[in-house]
Amino acid sequence: MTNKIILAGFGGQGILFLGKKLATAGMDKDMNVTWLPSYGPEQRGGTCNCSVILSDTDISSPIIGSPDTLVAFNIQSYEKFMPRIVTGGKLFADSTLIDKHPERNDIDSYFIPATAIANDLGTPKLVNVVMLGYLIKNTDFFDRDYIRGVLTDSLPASKAALREANGRAFDAGYGYGE
Amino acid sequence: MSKVLIKGNEAVAEAAIRSGCRYYFGYPITPQTEIAEYMAKKMPTVGGLCLQAESEVAAINMVYGAAASGVRVMTSSSSPGISLKSEGVSYIVGCDLPCVILNVQRGGPGLGGIQPSQSDYYQATKALGHGDMQLFVLAPSSVQEMAQLTADAFGIADKYRMPVLILADGALGQMMEPVDFDALKFTPEPKKPWATNGHGGKRKKNIITSLFLKPEELEANVLERAEKYKIVTENEIRYENYMCDDADIVIVSFGITARISKAAVNEARARGIKAGLLRPITLSPFPAPVLRKLADTASAFLSVELNMGQMVNDVKLAVECRKPVSFFGRTGGSLPSSDDVLEQIIKISGGLK
Repeated sequence: MTNKIILAGFGGQGILFLGKKLATAGMDKDMNVTWLPSYGPEQRGGTCNCSVILSDTDISSPIIGSPDTLVAFNIQSYEKFMPRIVTGGKLFADSTLIDKHPERNDIDSYFIPATAIANDLGTPKLVNVVMLGYLIKNTDFFDRDYIRGVLTDSLPASKAALREANGRAFDAGYGYGE
Repeated sequence: MSKVLIKGNEAVAEAAIRSGCRYYFGYPITPQTEIAEYMAKKMPTVGGLCLQAESEVAAINMVYGAAASGVRVMTSSSSPGISLKSEGVSYIVGCDLPCVILNVQRGGPGLGGIQPSQSDYYQATKALGHGDMQLFVLAPSSVQEMAQLTADAFGIADKYRMPVLILADGALGQMMEPVDFDALKFTPEPKKPWATNGHGGKRKKNIITSLFLKPEELEANVLERAEKYKIVTENEIRYENYMCDDADIVIVSFGITARISKAAVNEARARGIKAGLLRPITLSPFPAPVLRKLADTASAFLSVELNMGQMVNDVKLAVECRKPVSFFGRTGGSLPSSDDVLEQIIKISGGLK
């Protein structure tokens, strides 16, 4: 089983962080994982993406031509990567910033107003964590409690408030639509 | 035995420090700048020195000086920056000094691009500098191997008193994979009685130079070094043989493309095509004897590279034109997919029947 995930949006939305959490969670489960950032003459506010592969076999290339899962945080990323999703793949999109819907019926689309939810929680920076919760709910990548632990354990125990805020953002994403 | 998720560039830096490297001289260039960043953070905590030089030329000459004083030292850069270092590299070879140089290749020529490439194969294996010279060239193909080959590079450099070049690429440098640093094997640093590190009036002075004005002296010096290269070739060739022994089609590929080729070999095998992968881990010395032997049993060879076809010529030389050798590659920063490689295998396989 191999999962090829592209996460994309603006710099500052925590996209690379989110990808690293997924890769770390896979590594700790003894899966083969790769994480590859887009790199280039980047600038503040510019687009940013990373490719994460989780697999129980050897990973040949860390580069993903056609993702089976796309997590899009802005319209540019949506337009660039949505057409590349494999048939039967999944689209996750932040509907606060993406007001389009794909004209494809061969993929499953999951929209969540992640930015609005993060703002309502008073933690606008945790839009990525809200999305992580929603992603975990609607995929079989990882068990809920396991990845929630990976997320909060990566924060120092001295920052209890931050742990708590991350947990809350994760739960809001996980529980969205219920 | 816990693994950490780390970039290839950072894995090289950490492995270098664990190998006893205490001096790093560099100049920033994408896609390898994380090495300098990591060294800048870590070196002061282990009593080492990380120095951002004013240019690549300055950095390699600082390596030259540090190596002459007998310490473990390294520099890193990416393709255009490596070209700038070439003069210094030649001097270091001419003085028989050990050091480690990392090239995280990007597309060229010129400033080219910043995406992955293997287009410096010729430069690395034939002439990274003027004169009758060779480097020891290692080609990792995973982040774990980036770390292990860095550790090995310091040992080899000291053992043979020659620069070791690690030829990586932008994908290997930028990607994160799990690395088990506890699993790394290190070579202890030998005594270096030849080093110019101050004799305190207690021993004869050491002289390190690459200048020999008398032709017979220079010839003797070059011949002696050629003897060393012969020993290196006899003892240090490394490769991975993946299902080559019964293979009709042997793919030869190193670094990131070897991983892609391996997936293609598996897919070909699943279709009943007997394919195999010979992955050179040392590009210089090149595993020519292994390929020569495989030419007895294989029907065709395919070199897969991120360039316009460079290593393919070494494969041709190795198999001595006894079997057809073809080339497949992408250049400019794009990588082939395993399906692209599989298509080539199927094409060759069809021609064989």
